[in-house]
Amino acid sequence: MPELGRAALVVSLGLIVYALVAGAVAAVTRRRRLAVSAQNALTAAFGSTLVASVVLAVALVRHDFALTYVADHTSRALPTVYALSAFWGGQEGSLLLWLLVLTGYGALAVWLNRRRARDLVAWVVPVIAGVATFFSFLLVGVASPFQTSPAPVDGAGLNPSLQNPYMVAHPPLLYLGYVGLTVPFAFAIGSLLSGRADERWIVATRRWTLVAWTALGIGQLLGAHWAYQEVGWGGYYAWDPVENAALMPWLASTAYLHSVMIQEKRGMLKVWNVVLVSLAFCLSIFGTFLTRSGVINSIHSFTQSSIGPWFLGFICLVTAFSIGLILHRLPLLRARTQLESLVSREATFLYNNLLLVALCLTILWGVSWPIITEAVHGEARVVGRPYYDFFLRVFGLPLLLLMGIGPLIAWRRASLRGLGRIFAGPFAVMVVVGAILVALGAGSSTPGLVAYTFSAFVLATIVLEFARGTRARRALSNESWPAAFSSLIGRNRRRYGGYIVHAAVVLLAIGVAGSSAYQHVTDKRLAPGQSLAVGGYTLTYRKLEERTRANATEIRALLDVRRGTHELGPIKAGKNAYSSGPSTEVGIRTNYLTGEDLYVIAEDIGDDGTVQFRVFVKPLVNLIWLAGLVFLLGSVTAMWPDAREERRLALRYREVGAPSMQTR
Amino acid sequence: MTIALVLAALLAVVCVVVVALPFLREPETRSDAIDEPDAIGRRQLELAERRDRALAALKELEFDHRTGKVSDEDYRQLVGPLRREAADALRRLEPRAAAAEGEPVEPAVSNQP
Repeated sequence: MPELGRAALVVSLGLIVYALVAGAVAAVTRRRRLAVSAQNALTAAFGSTLVASVVLAVALVRHDFALTYVADHTSRALPTVYALSAFWGGQEGSLLLWLLVLTGYGALAVWLNRRRARDLVAWVVPVIAGVATFFSFLLVGVASPFQTSPAPVDGAGLNPSLQNPYMVAHPPLLYLGYVGLTVPFAFAIGSLLSGRADERWIVATRRWTLVAWTALGIGQLLGAHWAYQEVGWGGYYAWDPVENAALMPWLASTAYLHSVMIQEKRGMLKVWNVVLVSLAFCLSIFGTFLTRSGVINSIHSFTQSSIGPWFLGFICLVTAFSIGLILHRLPLLRARTQLESLVSREATFLYNNLLLVALCLTILWGVSWPIITEAVHGEARVVGRPYYDFFLRVFGLPLLLLMGIGPLIAWRRASLRGLGRIFAGPFAVMVVVGAILVALGAGSSTPGLVAYTFSAFVLATIVLEFARGTRARRALSNESWPAAFSSLIGRNRRRYGGYIVHAAVVLLAIGVAGSSAYQHVTDKRLAPGQSLAVGGYTLTYRKLEERTRANATEIRALLDVRRGTHELGPIKAGKNAYSSGPSTEVGIRTNYLTGEDLYVIAEDIGDDGTVQFRVFVKPLVNLIWLAGLVFLLGSVTAMWPDAREERRLALRYREVGAPSMQTR
Repeated sequence: MTIALVLAALLAVVCVVVVALPFLREPETRSDAIDEPDAIGRRQLELAERRDRALAALKELEFDHRTGKVSDEDYRQLVGPLRREAADALRRLEPRAAAAEGEPVEPAVSNQP
């Protein structure tokens, strides 16, 4: 039913434009019923976009090749789950997913805050609708997923790299993150438009930012795992433009999540916070532009299209509008408190912010460089891995250290004597770990050694924080140790959830340092019966195996693995031949005790049965994936609703008695 | 084709009804104006935020002192200004409570937006 899909998108566009115009008029003229009508239009737009999405999903599953999008991205042999994942495998479907999530998020955020901040919400609706208008217009006028053509007998199929379980979850999670950043942006801009200086926009969007940030973080890790298993180049992060596109808004929102605490605790950095929220949003649009426009060559970009200029225009418009509005409202955002000391919690958060934003802008510059050079010189010049690795060390290692320093310093100011006493323990741990690592030979990589010693320092501070906190709670309430520990986290979920996230970042740093600075790699062409040795392993190539499946022919080289005198069993690596092209299928053997991977790529399979192998030994690489689970645990802990906090906020708004905050 | 068009028309009608609903219902209040805090309300909200900020900082300082993260010397230096800040915000918030009981209210701060 492509007609229903097309009509639903037109209805969505009409509703969204109405929400934009009526919402803006209602906010300016303060007309309540018109404002509620605009809110309803946003909700109805979600319903209408949902109808369009269901139509597309049904067409994908039923192989309705009369739809050009379905014919271009699926085939009859494609398993149903991948046929469904083709929804976000192409440009038009991705744009539809953007609009679906945006209208869903928008309607939900407005509904949840309809009572607490009704006057603010009146301004939020037109902002969300403004963003949605852009995507809705693209879907109706430029890149409709419901274009039809005479149905071919079979479709072109899905890109082989996308036929992976991780790709079923990775793109939607990234979209949940990208689009989720629209909500804090809309509330921040709405707050500025309404001329409010209070913190309701922060309270209203605290959890939304965390959800978007978590989704972006987990989405990136799933993408890294997908690249590690599926792309077959031996790594998990290549500083590819599309990977960077997701990293940049994540870094900007990480900076915001820290700096917003300074505003909440000290009433400072109001301008900076609005700038960060706007930056994160603009970068999320820029990320979608990079992924979808095809302007930059990327292993993750599966699209060449003409929507690039539209995106660039929109990014310029949003950036100019945000800057203009922030400048216009500067007097409103002036802080009444100042930084009291350069040795304080807020000061370390500020240093952390500067490093995060510097890293973010450095990556932005690297990503933009090919676009700029192509525009100026007519030839795209790509910034290589050494550029990114250099700045990751320059900004990333101090960031790692600050993660340990910040939480131990008091707000406002701390005396040097007090600091010496607090940091003595973690510093001693850092020195001892560093000495042990040097003795074990880890000094072969200075950045790796620094990363490990800093990680030891941060872990020591986190453990110390939990131990001291639990002891203090136990002394206060006479609880058992487990009860005191649980109550400690329950009473301050954001703080201790944040520490868990810090622990995840430490695991990530250890995993990245171990698998990059201390990895072993070797290349060799082997005939059956021949062996190669790498990092303490011996691999013997036995034979080739071939198997035909519904949508591909699989060829695998079988190798026996031995470590010293221990036979570890077989490992398989090879290629899949799909109708749309070949894909590399790597062989991975994980040591769950040490977190080490033996990683085998069959780079070239010769007609004579010989195989060109590339084999890696990657120490501690599995800590990266473990970091994802810990990160999720910390994020969920931090965003878990806090009834005590909710009661306190409700009391604040009730006692102040502003009419807009009263529940009707 | 026909079913699709009928469904599309139905969708459009439902959406129009949803959008028009606020105008079709009886108004909840006599006034159609969006309720907004007046200048005094905004000032009170700002003061309440200041008070909550100071009280939360005091609570955190107490806990950090108890855990040993903040030394006695630092605690003594920090606790005084925080208490004064909280007390100041509390004192400034009081006229509003008085106004609710019919007593005169201090004029709103003029430079508030």
